Amino acid sequence: MIELRGISKSYSLGAAECHALLDVDLDLRRSEFVALTGASGSGKSTLMNILGCLDTPSAGSYVLDGDAVGGLNDDQLARVRNRKIGFIFQNFYLMPRLSALDNVAQPLIYRGFSPAARRQRAAEALQRVGLYQRLQHKPNELSGGQRQRVAIARALVGRPEVLLADEPTGNLDSRTAGEIMGLFAELNSEGHTLVIVTHDPGIAAHCRRIIRLHDGRIVEDREQSQSGQVAMTAY
Amino acid sequence: MNEQAQTRAPVLGRDEGTRLQELIYALQECLRCALTSVRAHGLRSFLTVLGVIIGISSVICVFALMQGLTRSITQRFEGLGSNTLTLSAYTPLAEALRGKVNHLKPSDLEQLRYRVDGIANITPLVFAGARFGAQVRNGTNIANGQLFGTTPSYQDVNRVYPVRGRFITRQDDESRRRVVVLGEQMRKDLELPEDPTGRFVQIGTEWFKVVGLLESRGVVFGQNQDSILLMPYQTALSVTGVLTQQPDLWITFSATDPDSLDDVRHRVAALIRRLHNLKEDQENDFVVQSAETIAKTISSISLTLTLVVSGVVGVSLLVSGVGIMNIMLVSVTERTREIGIAKALGAPRQFILIQFLLEAMVLAALGGIIGIALGYGMAFGLSRIIANSLEGFPPPSVPWWAVVGSCGFSTLIGMVFGILPATKAANLVPIEALRYE
Repeated sequence: MIELRGISKSYSLGAAECHALLDVDLDLRRSEFVALTGASGSGKSTLMNILGCLDTPSAGSYVLDGDAVGGLNDDQLARVRNRKIGFIFQNFYLMPRLSALDNVAQPLIYRGFSPAARRQRAAEALQRVGLYQRLQHKPNELSGGQRQRVAIARALVGRPEVLLADEPTGNLDSRTAGEIMGLFAELNSEGHTLVIVTHDPGIAAHCRRIIRLHDGRIVEDREQSQSGQVAMTAY
Repeated sequence: MNEQAQTRAPVLGRDEGTRLQELIYALQECLRCALTSVRAHGLRSFLTVLGVIIGISSVICVFALMQGLTRSITQRFEGLGSNTLTLSAYTPLAEALRGKVNHLKPSDLEQLRYRVDGIANITPLVFAGARFGAQVRNGTNIANGQLFGTTPSYQDVNRVYPVRGRFITRQDDESRRRVVVLGEQMRKDLELPEDPTGRFVQIGTEWFKVVGLLESRGVVFGQNQDSILLMPYQTALSVTGVLTQQPDLWITFSATDPDSLDDVRHRVAALIRRLHNLKEDQENDFVVQSAETIAKTISSISLTLTLVVSGVVGVSLLVSGVGIMNIMLVSVTERTREIGIAKALGAPRQFILIQFLLEAMVLAALGGIIGIALGYGMAFGLSRIIANSLEGFPPPSVPWWAVVGSCGFSTLIGMVFGILPATKAANLVPIEALRYE
């Protein structure tokens, strides 16, 4: 479903050129549960931004769900993000003035849904993540774990091809992190494709496939057996 | 939940609703965002548009007062009818500076009467006041007012008729009878009975018999229209000795055929030029005005004033537009993260652009609406205060086009000055905006 070929990303810092990614090839299949790991500065966030069409590669080709994303302009990329990708961020990035329901409904605004249809879909998504009682709460009235659930509901509401989570448990205590990872595992078992960026090997251990980056290159790509699931419950 | 299988929309196709409907939902949402953000910073929004409020309220206030004035003046001249021309002396500025004052002569009136075709009614009006000191006495009661000498046709020209007794007649004029017709205020000041006919009043050293009382006309521009005394034209000329001196004479006349009014005007002008021995290159020492041209002159003065005020206010609105732009730029910077989130979630460039444009327009339009209300209130209060000292000052009236215009103009200001901040917001790069602290 996702095909990266020869992806490079470089920044020029003065005269020197700095490679965040160098010649990365990657294939992701539908319903995979993937961890992108590596030390900070290894290029995993850059790779996620490129996967999420937030950033464009300096070189290489990216095919998402059969469409080449390389030549699209900003508005077309926004459309791809809106329809095919669900983002989950470390800092949740919820709108502080909007209720949980309105936060979840936000991506649907850009799709031309009617207000009623938006609310309906958003309420369904919030129910899915177990927050049906908290529809009208503002983000600051929710706990960290609840906020991340709202963010996950927002990622789900557009029924995207792939969910991208950037350090989704980074701001959570270990118990809540375990719950969130459990939710991800459930979503994956329902058929959602998940890519989780994390530097924490414990979190990566929950995923079925682990891709490790180092200095902008993929240095390890291995599939795990179901033992990861066992480890998760023991977390 | 098999959401994945349910919708697999093509990237560049559309999956819900029609294009128009999508646009309406999007605009609705933009407007809601804009209103929320204006409300979220109530005090800041208010201070931002204070300039607009002050500008619009002052222009509305001036408009309202000027319109009220113009309307009352126009109404006053409507009574004269469009078929009527007024001939009066006119002194060009250059001659006035040399101390010369032009007058119409009683002989001009005689010549006009007999030598111009197409004149139906001719009514002279001579100011008798100057000579007598404009004082009328009844025993120890003294009244001040306008004293005129005129002929019976005055009634038809000015549409004013006696309520007691009679008006000046042709016989009064021909035999130079010493009779007067009083205005209501004049009667009150002289403490004459309700029906003053038959009483005598003294002007200077002369005695006059009161033969009639005019209907009340009220106050226009602080000038009481009832503080008036009319006597026969010839009487006025003879008792004041104006036959030898220069009286201040106005001549009002109408044409037999309304269509020939312009011809009559030209003939009158040509005759008076000849009578006054004016050379080819000399300016007229008189003016022929119709009631319409007088009304037009007054409205053009009020228009000029309005335009000047509008210009000044326009500049102040531009300045407040810069203020709006400034605050909008601050607002965009403050909300960089939010914009980043919206873009990450797939908000197109135009959506962000319109949201911020609308916010600036809503701000400015709110200022405009508050300004209109405030300006009307100010005009109302001011006209009340003025009316206290100046009787008959008209109530303010705000024309609909001024309301629409000022609302539209302030919204336009918001739009123009919202372009820069909105473009800045729309052009933010999502990952950089998300990282913004």
